[in-house]
Amino acid sequence: MATKTYAGINVDVNDEGYLTNPAQWTKEIAQEIAREEGINLTDKHFQVLEYLRDQYSKGSVLTIRGVGKSGITDIKGLYELFPGGPLKKSSRIAGIPKPTSCV
Amino acid sequence: MAEKIDHPVKKVALIIAKGSIEDVYAGLIMANGAVMEGIECKLFFTFFGLDAITKKRQNKLKTGVVGNPAMRMPGGLPFPTLLGIIPGVEAGVSAMMKKQMLDLDVPPVDEFLDMIVAGGGEIYACKLAFDMFKLKREDLSDHVIDVITVGRFYELAAGEGSQIIFT
Repeated sequence: MATKTYAGINVDVNDEGYLTNPAQWTKEIAQEIAREEGINLTDKHFQVLEYLRDQYSKGSVLTIRGVGKSGITDIKGLYELFPGGPLKKSSRIAGIPKPTSCV
Repeated sequence: MAEKIDHPVKKVALIIAKGSIEDVYAGLIMANGAVMEGIECKLFFTFFGLDAITKKRQNKLKTGVVGNPAMRMPGGLPFPTLLGIIPGVEAGVSAMMKKQMLDLDVPPVDEFLDMIVAGGGEIYACKLAFDMFKLKREDLSDHVIDVITVGRFYELAAGEGSQIIFT
């Protein structure tokens, strides 16, 4: 397993750059991963990230429809926050595994 | 693998020509999956596929229960085609299909189109089929950008890394 240094912390990542241990995640790490994805994180981004981490920790299957119904943002807003990968990029920045859902 | 990285799919143009639940959803799931991956997506509805973008019909699609050899009863036993002719069976099977998809967060057709449009997907209707079914523009759902010819569809589908998929 590869390790990568974000914000001065060594974290375990898989070959697609997803953290393999969500517990290693911090907001500073999120900022640096987001920068790699070309995204500057705002409070709104962090609300989505916290929601995703919360759902993941409960074992829920993550979908963009779920995020759209979370009350944080609608689906269009989610695409605007994470262009080109509403669920894929947000999950990577949230330090959770790549989503396995098709929707 | 190297091949895949060198030539990513950048755009898909999907043609949905049939109006059963599974035919329409197969196309919608591929379209939504494309926009979620950042792939540009155009959807072209033609013939009975137009039901999916016709306001009065789009959330009332059915699954064919007659002459469908892959059909199974709950539990996995074969589904006798003759059962399919009993009134209410088609509606019951269709309701069950929709329920099971909703359990996986696959929404009703109009909401699914909302999701695809929110991600930048574009919805078009086929002019020939639209004329043939004597539809009016106001019959179509608001997701539809335009009613277009086949020639226009090919123009929209053009580009490097673009794929045309007939479902």
